[in-house]
Amino acid sequence: MKFGVVMFPGSNCDHDTYHVVSKVIGQPVDFIWHRQNAVGDCDAVILPGGFSYGDYLRTGAIARFSPVMGAIKEFASRGGLVMGICNGFQILCEAGLLPGALMRNKNLKFICGHLNIRVEATNTPFTNRCQRGQVLSVPIAHGDGNYFCDAATLSELQRENRIIFRYSDENGKLTNDGNPNGSLEYIAGICNRDRNVLGMMPHPERASEQALGSNDGRIIFYSLADTLAELAKAS
Amino acid sequence: MTEPAITPELIRSHGLSDEEYNRIVELLGREPNYTELGIFSVMWSEHCSYKSSKVHLRRLPTTGDCVLQGPGENAGVVDIGGGLAAAFKIESHNHPSFIEPYQGAATGIGGILRDVFTMGARPLAAMNSLHFGPLTANENAPPEDRAAIALNRSIMAGVVKGIGDYGNAFGVPTIGGEVRFSNCYSRNPLVNAFTLGIMRKEHIFYGRASGVGNPVIYVGAKTGRDGIHGATMASEEFGEEAQSKRPTVQVGDPFLEKLLLEACLESMRAGAIVGIQDMGAAGLTSSSCEMGSRAGNGVELEIDLVPQRETGMTPYEIMLSESQERMLIVAAAGREREVVDIFKKWELDAVVIGRVTDDGHLRVKKRGQIVADIPNAALTDAAPVYHRPIKKPEPTVRIEVTQAESSIEALEATFMRIIARPTIAAKEWVYRQYDHMVRTNTVVLPGSDAAVIRIKEKRRELAMTLDSNARYCKVDPREGAKLVVAEACRNLVASGARPLALTNCLNFGSPERPEVMWQFSEVIDGMAEACAAFGTPVTGGNVSFYNETDGRGIHPTPVIGMVGIVEDPRHITTQWFKNEDRAIVLLGSTANDLGASEYAGATLGGLEGSVPKLDLDLERRVQEACLKIIQAGLVESAHDCSDGGLAVAIAECCFSSYRREAVGCEINLEGELSTAALLFAETPSRVVLSAVDGNVDRIIKIAAEHDVAAGVIGRSSDERLVIRVKRERVIERSVDEIEAAWRGVLPRMLEIPSIVAAEEK
Repeated sequence: MKFGVVMFPGSNCDHDTYHVVSKVIGQPVDFIWHRQNAVGDCDAVILPGGFSYGDYLRTGAIARFSPVMGAIKEFASRGGLVMGICNGFQILCEAGLLPGALMRNKNLKFICGHLNIRVEATNTPFTNRCQRGQVLSVPIAHGDGNYFCDAATLSELQRENRIIFRYSDENGKLTNDGNPNGSLEYIAGICNRDRNVLGMMPHPERASEQALGSNDGRIIFYSLADTLAELAKAS
Repeated sequence: MTEPAITPELIRSHGLSDEEYNRIVELLGREPNYTELGIFSVMWSEHCSYKSSKVHLRRLPTTGDCVLQGPGENAGVVDIGGGLAAAFKIESHNHPSFIEPYQGAATGIGGILRDVFTMGARPLAAMNSLHFGPLTANENAPPEDRAAIALNRSIMAGVVKGIGDYGNAFGVPTIGGEVRFSNCYSRNPLVNAFTLGIMRKEHIFYGRASGVGNPVIYVGAKTGRDGIHGATMASEEFGEEAQSKRPTVQVGDPFLEKLLLEACLESMRAGAIVGIQDMGAAGLTSSSCEMGSRAGNGVELEIDLVPQRETGMTPYEIMLSESQERMLIVAAAGREREVVDIFKKWELDAVVIGRVTDDGHLRVKKRGQIVADIPNAALTDAAPVYHRPIKKPEPTVRIEVTQAESSIEALEATFMRIIARPTIAAKEWVYRQYDHMVRTNTVVLPGSDAAVIRIKEKRRELAMTLDSNARYCKVDPREGAKLVVAEACRNLVASGARPLALTNCLNFGSPERPEVMWQFSEVIDGMAEACAAFGTPVTGGNVSFYNETDGRGIHPTPVIGMVGIVEDPRHITTQWFKNEDRAIVLLGSTANDLGASEYAGATLGGLEGSVPKLDLDLERRVQEACLKIIQAGLVESAHDCSDGGLAVAIAECCFSSYRREAVGCEINLEGELSTAALLFAETPSRVVLSAVDGNVDRIIKIAAEHDVAAGVIGRSSDERLVIRVKRERVIERSVDEIEAAWRGVLPRMLEIPSIVAAEEK
């Protein structure tokens, strides 16, 4: 089994994500260049954080047209595991792999800092090691993380249990203070209908080593690795 | 196209004096043409030539065991062990940030990042030192003061956003720095940006045009008409017309810079690069003639080959443009293709625009015709050097600062006022807008004495800090400079690091004023003495003169960027009390140092008294003892005692931090001094430690071995901060209350409620 980390021009969490996959959870990993039109032999693809193509137009709006996104759509449609972190989440929304959009933070400023997210669903390849209601201390760093979707989409997300993470306080309580970007329904991460594509604004790769203050985020990478191991066993 | 004739007006408008012009004629053996005049004017500007500061800068110590590259290159480089080297430098972008705060600050970040990666180092950390005018005025302040406040706020908001947007997109964590406020920075803001990068020792690159016949390659963004004469603009004071200079500020593109970084590092790894330099101030001119000059070679350029973003640009404009995100590379002959291909992969221009020659001239051709031909040495080594007049100002009568309060209640109120002074208050509003975690190396988050990053795969860390204290330097430039260097060292030591070397950014008023030159000379002498005492050489930096608007200048503001090494991750120490029921130890002792302090600012509103007395030998012993105590694993926290004195330092130890609740304490201070001095004196050479009881004896023993006073001054406790002075309870409040006051200051002054927030209410 193998992980792939996509490199768009302007990605800047690509090396951080690669580091966690290879050094912290000890799994094989390759970079995937944005001009590639196949994901190669990767079994899970991560779209890392950053400012793809500068994000001068609208976050992710250019990246969705890059050759690798065609390959990722095809990969996802075959059930391949895809995770978008921060800019990766924005790109997945722009590409139509996930519903909704990420607007400017409500204070109109970039926000970087640790906060808490509550695990809302564990029946995904990304959270199967978590407990429902578990609170993870994971940082955010974005200017556009204010999740929004229309009422019909929101009720669909709720009905299908596709809201995977919500911003909360450290005790798992949903508060406005805990949701500084102003996301609709405190949404920090969602998945697609088939549950094989996840987008999340917080950065689990920045909270995967105790030296950095929190290793709560690595459970997400471990969940992914477990899923891949089981898939490998089954085939 | 006809070029303007050289007239006395034209010469003056280029900021050149008659003597300077005569010297140009002498060096060339003829009159310069228009393009050549432009080239001389930027290279001989204060900003590029250091003509007023050079004779003084020579007095700074610049060598040491760890120094691999001292001043004179794009950045200094030090050996950090394990086969690795760190390149770091600080640079000012004060003038552009006043004219256009957002782009001015953003391009300042861009420039310093390029200075570091041009050495072959990947930038791993950024910090900045910001100085602004006050953000509030009295209710009955006159309209012009209110206008100044509004301007200060918008400058600060723009600068912070500019730094964030550039650094965040580029992907460098902004992990620390300082933000300070004083009246003198109204209409004279200071924006000093620091960057540190790491490379393998054998992969250091230099700005040298070596190898006659080697191709000169232009890479990065296309050249436009932006920033022409930016360096000259930064070499003048401002008057009413400041806003009309907006077009001399460039526009930054962090995305392009990120691509440039990756392409440069990849070309360097491929071994195809001989020399490389950023096109910063004075653009193509400075990069080509400086690279030629350092290698003792010439550079010949064909100007039409330069990628251009506008049509009809003249050689003058192309040579003087300060368009951002450009580099000049000298490649190994025959390997041009490789470099071009790597840049193409990153979707960047890379064009061979000339060759290295053996005649030592900068020669610019347009369609084969020579449009400029100047010996490199005339632009660099032969640039004017001034021994500007120095005059010690008349001594000001400064009143002694003594305790102003006659009651306990008034002293507590003063404490709460000091805590809420913007220079002391929490800077979260600022650093929350900076990505301080990208690259996942930030092991000490912003807010402690020094920022610390890890080096992945090596069991060692780098600590760094930016420090200044213009109050001290205004009252006594020489002693002030010493105090600043001492504090920078102490900040590193309190974080568990051994100080290695420093970079400085020297911000001053007009060098044409003898009093300013006196301040400058004194600061250099003080800094040199302190650097020698601590064994921390200066590896480079930047001088920014002419920080004056409408004849009002800034306090002398030398900023120190100090880098240190943490030998073992277990030595990393933060300032916060970690647990209740620990002994609190004060290393060093308090003297009657209320002069030029935050206390003096809060009670008297000015620069009164004399600066704290610094004994360099004692300071060194305190630092040695502190580091030994930390390395022996005896303490849970260590905090440098500086702005606001002991009372403020203790409060800062109590405040909450990431995943750590606030901790209270009970402190008992005794002594002959006034209560105000015991609480607020800014005596240097002091560190607040906390430790389990079992370690106290060993701490005091190590201190005694270094002939340093140390004593238990209290205990950490639950949630109240209690300070008794001579057995009287002077301060007693919940830490939460003090912390809320401290955290609320900047948001209250700077947050304009957005429409969205209004709706929610």
